[in-house]
Amino acid sequence: MSVVQVDRAAVGYDGRTILHDVTMSVAAGEVVAVLGANGSGKSTLIRSILGLVPVSGGRIDLFGTPLRRFREWARVGYVPQRLGAGSGVPATVGEVVASGRLARRGIFRPSGGADRAAVREALTDVGLLDRIGDPVSTLSGGQQQRTLIARALAGKPDLLVLDEPTAGVDAASQQAFAASLGRFGERGGTILLVAHELGPLQPLIDRAVVVHEGRIAHQVALPEPAGHHADPDHDHVHPHAEQEQPGICDWAPTDRMAAN
Amino acid sequence: MDLFTYDFMIRALVGALIIGLAAPSLGIYLVQRRLSLIGDGIGHVALTGVGVGLLLHHSPVITAVIVSAIGAVGVELIRQRGRTSGDLALALLFYGGIAGGVVLVGLSDDSSNANLMQYLFGSLITTSTQDIVVIAVLGVLVLATMTGFRPALFAVSNDEEYARVSGLPVRTLNILMAVTAAVTVTIAMRTVGLLLVSALMVVPVAAAQQVTRGFRTTMAAAMLIGLLAAGLGVVASAEIDTAPGATTVILALVAFVAITAGGAAWRALRRRVNPPREVEPPDVVLHA
Repeated sequence: MSVVQVDRAAVGYDGRTILHDVTMSVAAGEVVAVLGANGSGKSTLIRSILGLVPVSGGRIDLFGTPLRRFREWARVGYVPQRLGAGSGVPATVGEVVASGRLARRGIFRPSGGADRAAVREALTDVGLLDRIGDPVSTLSGGQQQRTLIARALAGKPDLLVLDEPTAGVDAASQQAFAASLGRFGERGGTILLVAHELGPLQPLIDRAVVVHEGRIAHQVALPEPAGHHADPDHDHVHPHAEQEQPGICDWAPTDRMAAN
Repeated sequence: MDLFTYDFMIRALVGALIIGLAAPSLGIYLVQRRLSLIGDGIGHVALTGVGVGLLLHHSPVITAVIVSAIGAVGVELIRQRGRTSGDLALALLFYGGIAGGVVLVGLSDDSSNANLMQYLFGSLITTSTQDIVVIAVLGVLVLATMTGFRPALFAVSNDEEYARVSGLPVRTLNILMAVTAAVTVTIAMRTVGLLLVSALMVVPVAAAQQVTRGFRTTMAAAMLIGLLAAGLGVVASAEIDTAPGATTVILALVAFVAITAGGAAWRALRRRVNPPREVEPPDVVLHA
């Protein structure tokens, strides 16, 4: 069964069409990257899959249920591009991550021991447990991004959807981020992520979908790096300097490439 | 203290304490969403509700709750549609509300200036037992809603899109918050008056967040500051014969200045005792 199934979807606002006739799917356990230049519509594609942007045509199914009737949001973990605009009211790392439990717990049940355990487990996974009581505003950009992935992981989702997770993130945090995603994949999780450049995430990716001018330009399997993440002992964060494959961005479409 | 041998002083104090506790518990979400001034806008609309009540010879408190709830939900819907900027929506609310209120109060039989002033700046001393019962019931309701739904309201105020993807009823929670704001404004109308209502929602939060680290502690500290400012405000205003509402707000502002200065001094002291650790790594990959 497809975890995500997009069938001839179209999205437009204010009379401008952003996605045309997009068809793609993500199978259970797959790690799929949506690539494309800025303004290509890749973020809109992800946002329409999450129901944040209404589709004007076609259909989207999540876990086999049409998006309009989909209610099992606890199965989806969303990692936005950045922490919501800081308002000045402080919030601790633990409080932000605890928001990730609401999808599973609902709004009427108070937070319990299982919730606190899940928050600690998620923060351990991203290596930020020691910052649980610190205000998120004191964290670096990369650490804030790891807080957001911990928030998504705390809900114990089956599908992680990430919007440009590594944009503007320091190298150390990118590695920690890739390791967390790798472990999530090893547990059988499905990952759909949007990226401008893959960096340390590249070894994790099974398949890339390239969006160009609102259409799917390519759907390609990435060459599997040696020691694929199916191997439980594989360390996803090893440097791959000797790798001869060009970086994913080298062949991602640019403005020079014609749409098909 | 002799003052509290008078029933009206006890009623005034009870009313002020309930509002001092309830207003910041709502205000923290408004501050978090950068809607600090919304309480003011709703306060202006409530004046139209007061005018409607006086004109129809109904309880002004009830009509004020209804009219300001309609106004608050209206602003929320405009904000959700995103067509008009929140700033402009607030401006329309301010002017429409205050003009409508002044016109309607003027048309009513009881159109004295004193009557208008009573709603604009509060009249805690004339609070009746029945008023206190209404304030207490609604105040406890506001407190229970704002603290009971804290995780969900925090999630919505902190990151609305994430809350939607979590399957939370975001629109319902936003409307709940708008209606609660209208109720809070109306019950606080008797204490601090419609023009200063927003101060009790926002100033204690602004003061608390100077020194707190988390959302829950900020909420608790803001409620404590609101409680102290309201209690001391009533006592001080009786002693020095000033308006209780304005005195309460001044005390909250004094708390803000004192906590800000104290917090800055404390941080400076700590920096001197243990100097900062090494510089944080850069947030971006620095290509040579």
